Amino acid sequence: MSNKMVKNAAGRMVPTEINGRPVIPYTGVGKYHPQGNKHAPCIASNIDYPADGNKLLPSLKEALVKCGLKDGMTISTHHHFREGDLLANMIFDCASELGVKKLCWFPSASFPCNAYLLKYLDDGTISHIEGSMNGPLGRYCSEGKMKKTAVLRSHGGRHQAVQDGEVKIDIAIIGAGNADTFGNANGVNGPSASGVLGFALADAQYADKVIVVTDTLVPFPCIPWQIQGNYVDCTVKVDKVGIPEKIVSGTTQVTRSPDRLLIAEMTARFCDVTGIIHEGFSFQAGAGGTALSVGNYFGDIMRKKGIKARFARGGSNKYLVSMLEEGLVEYILDGQTFDLDGVRSIRDNPNHVMTSPFSSYNYHSKGNFAGMVDVVILGATEVDLDFNANVVTHSDGYLLHGIGGWQNCLFGKNVILSIPLFRDRIPVVRDEVTTICGPGELIDVIITERGIAINPLRTDLIEKVQHSDLPIKTIRQLKDEAERICGKPQKPVFTDKIIAAIKWVDGTIIDVVKQVANS
Amino acid sequence: MVTTYTAGNKGDNIRSDCFISLTLTTGKGIIIDINSSVKAMYGESNDALFRDMLSFYGIEHARLEIDDRGALPFTLAARLEAVIRKHIDTDKEYLLPLLPQNSYTTKRDTDRVTRLYLPGNNPKLMINAGIYKKYEARFLVRNALRSVDFCGAERMVRINQLPAGLDDLNFIVPHHVNLIVIPKCESAKQVLQVDENISEILGHKGSEVYLMPIIESASGVMHAFEIAGASENVVALAIGLEDYTADIGVQRTAEEGESNFARCMVVNAARAAGIQPIDSVFSDIDDMEALAENTRKSKSLGFAGMGCIHPRQVPVINEIFLPTETEIEKAKKIAFAYEMSEKEGIGVVTIESKMIDPPVVKRALRTIEQAIHAGKLSKNWRDTYEQ
Repeated sequence: MSNKMVKNAAGRMVPTEINGRPVIPYTGVGKYHPQGNKHAPCIASNIDYPADGNKLLPSLKEALVKCGLKDGMTISTHHHFREGDLLANMIFDCASELGVKKLCWFPSASFPCNAYLLKYLDDGTISHIEGSMNGPLGRYCSEGKMKKTAVLRSHGGRHQAVQDGEVKIDIAIIGAGNADTFGNANGVNGPSASGVLGFALADAQYADKVIVVTDTLVPFPCIPWQIQGNYVDCTVKVDKVGIPEKIVSGTTQVTRSPDRLLIAEMTARFCDVTGIIHEGFSFQAGAGGTALSVGNYFGDIMRKKGIKARFARGGSNKYLVSMLEEGLVEYILDGQTFDLDGVRSIRDNPNHVMTSPFSSYNYHSKGNFAGMVDVVILGATEVDLDFNANVVTHSDGYLLHGIGGWQNCLFGKNVILSIPLFRDRIPVVRDEVTTICGPGELIDVIITERGIAINPLRTDLIEKVQHSDLPIKTIRQLKDEAERICGKPQKPVFTDKIIAAIKWVDGTIIDVVKQVANS
Repeated sequence: MVTTYTAGNKGDNIRSDCFISLTLTTGKGIIIDINSSVKAMYGESNDALFRDMLSFYGIEHARLEIDDRGALPFTLAARLEAVIRKHIDTDKEYLLPLLPQNSYTTKRDTDRVTRLYLPGNNPKLMINAGIYKKYEARFLVRNALRSVDFCGAERMVRINQLPAGLDDLNFIVPHHVNLIVIPKCESAKQVLQVDENISEILGHKGSEVYLMPIIESASGVMHAFEIAGASENVVALAIGLEDYTADIGVQRTAEEGESNFARCMVVNAARAAGIQPIDSVFSDIDDMEALAENTRKSKSLGFAGMGCIHPRQVPVINEIFLPTETEIEKAKKIAFAYEMSEKEGIGVVTIESKMIDPPVVKRALRTIEQAIHAGKLSKNWRDTYEQ
């Protein structure tokens, strides 16, 4: 193989080819300039579609056949149902029954419920996954069992890859809470309502073929048409498209853990002391238990000071919705809906606005609003002495998470990682991260239960906390404390086999993950 | 007959703990079978620890099975010691190095406004702060006293109800514990028993290990004063209302009328003996409003602090018990006037020609002390004080 390894701008050795196609090594933040035109799908004609607009087919299998499903195709799905997703598993059941092989699954994210697909990775129905690798799928991949190399992208990076033609979607299958037979669809109504369908927008626009699957058909027009039927080839009705109760996944509950509450409270105090919380500010907190609690503490401070936020970035959930309804937040700009209160709110409240990775995250566009957010509170599995952070692998080398919107959020004005110093003896602050997902120059503050480290590049923040009683430490002090408690960890051992590539927001390769040895 | 003993906890929700089973065998050497979530990071150091401990206890042939979910070394060592000592009758203790910062002592009148409980057999909750399987818990508590940094907090251990609790003392007292909490205390005799055992373990009288008996029964309430004064090491007297209300055969209510008498008895017994009265824990960890209300009531009854069962309760209780800015300002005024009158040998304290009674002065001095202790007032406040 002519695949040579080169050192990229993050100091990592990465290949120049993945799955037989050339790739560009990471060149630094804001350094890579794309050339050429965006991808365009074939021109469609009304000649080929029913004049009455009824595109309903009797089954998913027939829809897949009609869309020309064959070996080696790229099939995209979306994670709006999170752990309640039924569709991805149904699709590959059909593919298997049809004897189709070597498919690339291109989900916007995977969840533990998709561990069902391991058997199709085993029997060759699926050759590889380009998308997040959650739990069992990541473990499978880390053990070198996947036939081709996985490619992990951020939500914004996924949109970028689709629009730039880096990934050509053959068939996009969009699950929706309700739809009409023409293919107009949304996620806010019906028994399987899941909220926003933003992750499917790029796929609808750029995929060769598009199938909309619902369990609730309504007469035309299906309003709001988050997905426009004009992009859709066929529609299918199934008994159940998703399990709405399970869109509330484990990471969307407010924590009772004393340590996490302490981290959340310190994060809020830090934002207060530094003036990040001010009239008209904006914030984004992710789905983790700590991040949700940060939102609650923000609310307390805002109430006390009579401050309002102009907007909050969702992932929306009942806590953010209650802040919107109380008037603490003027708008929720929502990328995905984490619970049923979020679904209700986005349906009924005009100030709760649907966004997509295009408007919020796509780096190959004429700007996006990730950079307008005053403060983002994120998690990480590891962070190192240079403030580089990892969200995909654990310290034992296993690939266990997707990137989500994490990389895209790093462009916020103040980026805070609120993380425990160690998790069940696994130190989070390390000499060097196992996998780089985000370069340290974009990460401003690390907040742990035992102290706060500010990136030396942020002299303004360092100055603002000088006279506060916040426990400010250096990142090295945090690392030493973690190692004093946990012990100095051995390094994980890998083979030379690359099992996954990690893309930066501009499509370049920032790092790779190798197979865990002795797995 | 081959016997296998076990220690620790297992299950899907277990974190930062381990489950160990040990079988002593003949002639096959040491066989260790470890399933560990941190094997890639600590496999080698864990293996070395286990082998060192087995050899320390002279075990040459055994089968050791460990299911480790990220237990820290002090937990692993406690679990393994517990299981070894179920097999072998020995007093030998396998002690990890004492953290140098863990040898501090506290004072008789140290503020005990908040006292946070950590279950003695749950390492996950113990790591960052500070008994059902009672035997095993002893090892874990002892190791935690030596290995966990409690950041200057007074390290209290609630032993088991006597007489079992007396055996706990051997494991706890030599390891720099600051205070022993005696549950379900009903007589001065029990306090003396604990006190004497402590002196015996330390080999000297007048130890710096203080005592806090908890009154949890009708009999305890009726003997509260003699318990409070039983030893000079008793520095605080607490009340536990769950058991008390059960003992007198009533339900705990939000109004707490049923425990009014007992609480007043404990406050008065403690104050009469010159020690701190400490109120019961508040069990709803999600309702901060109700906690604050309850705490204000405690303070108004004369209590000096409360027990806590979740760290988030601590700041709420501290805030209410510690003096407010207004109280501190007033106290500074009185304390300053008092010191002036002392200096001038007048004997009568006056502010703006009004005479201040001695008890008011005493309370003001106490407020100043508390404010300094809580970091709300500089020790050198007089330097910048302007009348």
